[in-house]
Amino acid sequence: MLDPIIELQDLTKKYDQFIAVNRLSLSIQKGEVFGLLGPNGAGKSTTILMMLGLSEPTSGSVRVCGINSTREPILVKQKVGYLPDDVGFYEDLTGYENLIYTAELNRLSKEEAIRRAKELLARVGLSDAADKKAGAYSRGMRQRLGLADVLIKQPEVIILDEPTLGIDPAGVKELLQLIQRLSRDEGITVLLSSHHLHQVQQICDRVGIFVQGRLLAVGDVSALSRQLFAEDLFILEVGVKQLSPDLIEQLMQIDDVTSVKQNNELLFISCSRDLTGEIAETIVRSGARLTYLNQKQYGLDEIYHRYFERGEVK
Amino acid sequence: MKAKLISPFWVMVRKEMADHMRSWRYNLMLLLIGLTCLGSLYTAMMSIREAVPKDQTLNAFLFLKLFTVSDGTLPPFITFIGFLGPLLGISLGFDAVNSERNKGTLSRVMAQPIHRDFLIGAKFVGALILISMMFLSLGFLVMGLGLLAIGIPPSAEEFLRMLLFLLLSIIYVGFWLSLAILFSIKFRQSATSALSSLSIWLFFSVFFTMLIQLIANATAPVNATNPNDILQHQQFIQVIMSLSPSQLFSEATTTLLTPTVRSLGPLTLEQVYGAIPSPLPLGQSMLLIWPQVTGMIAATLVCFGISYAYFMRQEIRSR
Repeated sequence: MLDPIIELQDLTKKYDQFIAVNRLSLSIQKGEVFGLLGPNGAGKSTTILMMLGLSEPTSGSVRVCGINSTREPILVKQKVGYLPDDVGFYEDLTGYENLIYTAELNRLSKEEAIRRAKELLARVGLSDAADKKAGAYSRGMRQRLGLADVLIKQPEVIILDEPTLGIDPAGVKELLQLIQRLSRDEGITVLLSSHHLHQVQQICDRVGIFVQGRLLAVGDVSALSRQLFAEDLFILEVGVKQLSPDLIEQLMQIDDVTSVKQNNELLFISCSRDLTGEIAETIVRSGARLTYLNQKQYGLDEIYHRYFERGEVK
Repeated sequence: MKAKLISPFWVMVRKEMADHMRSWRYNLMLLLIGLTCLGSLYTAMMSIREAVPKDQTLNAFLFLKLFTVSDGTLPPFITFIGFLGPLLGISLGFDAVNSERNKGTLSRVMAQPIHRDFLIGAKFVGALILISMMFLSLGFLVMGLGLLAIGIPPSAEEFLRMLLFLLLSIIYVGFWLSLAILFSIKFRQSATSALSSLSIWLFFSVFFTMLIQLIANATAPVNATNPNDILQHQQFIQVIMSLSPSQLFSEATTTLLTPTVRSLGPLTLEQVYGAIPSPLPLGQSMLLIWPQVTGMIAATLVCFGISYAYFMRQEIRSR
């Protein structure tokens, strides 16, 4: 745990007056799968560009594999594979030719390039489509070819920007499993950015939540949500007719219910464990009519909102 | 083992060339220029008989006439190159960078361990190599056909003059190429950059001469009695004329291919007096057009330099 492969210190990027990344400090260990979570425009891509030396930080420093990315981008790019979001390929070349081209730009010998391209195409499941023009590839295929493209230089770190964007659920699952296998089998460090918590939490060892250029929290997913939602892990949305004020009182009496909010005929009940049964029973016994009951799941949205609330309280 | 590896720069150049050669655009331009070149060669051969001077002193440069004479139905070869060359340069360069950006390949290529300037360098060099190949082969084709048709072999000097003419044409097209690449970096849409380059080309090839006419008429000395005034005015017009790259090109190539051209500016009667009406040697012709050549190279380098500076500072975002 003492071997950070990506180290960001007080990294800041300003565009005129707009602060895209604000004093970001983060270190990622070797072999880790790290998820950078945040809404669009949070500064995820900007951070990634700075790691690759494609964009210059206003202040602060980036070290990847012990190399300063701003000073020595070429050395960093030899060791880091980067898959941009919505990756593009040369459309009149085949998938195979695209890979060979990337291999040659990485100074691989012809034989090595051919061998690795074939092996990787098989690995990402594109052997059949290898001789098809890349222009005819579907979005999911492009993303898988992108993964092969990143791996052809045998990187120590791969950085994936929104790898799951625009792919169907089956494709997402497949891609994520592929990424996980890579990290496990070859010890490659993976940094991926996304705005889908539930997709990323399946494979990430740790995630960082990144909103408006600031890193709000870092940790593994379960610890993060336990820490965030310690008091009200569950929210029930209940539709009730003929509601009496007593009922709200009664609901508040139930153990582990932390708050009840009313909005016309809708009640929002937060509780620290699953109390759906008890709450339904209470409502029915009070003589009110239960019309609808829904247990809400926490998405990334709620996490952001939660953090915003806290941020403003501070 | 190490020696077998090609530098990534040449890998990129090779890919650029392969892309162009497979493209419709390049092949259409090749066809167009090839056809006009054969057409102008045909008219030149039809009219070369009249171009042979009656006295035997000047027919030494008959071979060069293949490039310059015409019977009026089709313009001669140098006019065609002057007209179509810019179009070729623009068509090879106008979407060099922005198409990569729009297809999302730019950020992927930039994430490879290569210097950033490799990309525009490779775009420029790749296209320039293709242009050189096209011009040299067309030039030699014209020479070969001309040799077969008129049966007089070119002298060494004629051959050198023709080579220099081809080289000048390549530099001239290189200027338009680098201008188009500059616009392709500046504008996100390839249509915008194509139209901007074309409008500059149209401006210089059509409107610029009209504009010069206007300025010349407006600034002409009122009472043209003082020869110094007239001379000054003439020189002033020449200075603004030379702002146009097509003007530089046509002055330079005319001088090269017509050795009898002795000066590009006005000559007074005293200067002409006593001169022997003989063609200039190659060295003297080169001296005469040196400013034009320098101007063209400088314009190319300025365009490329601006593109370079602009591209290095641009942020590479995906799409």
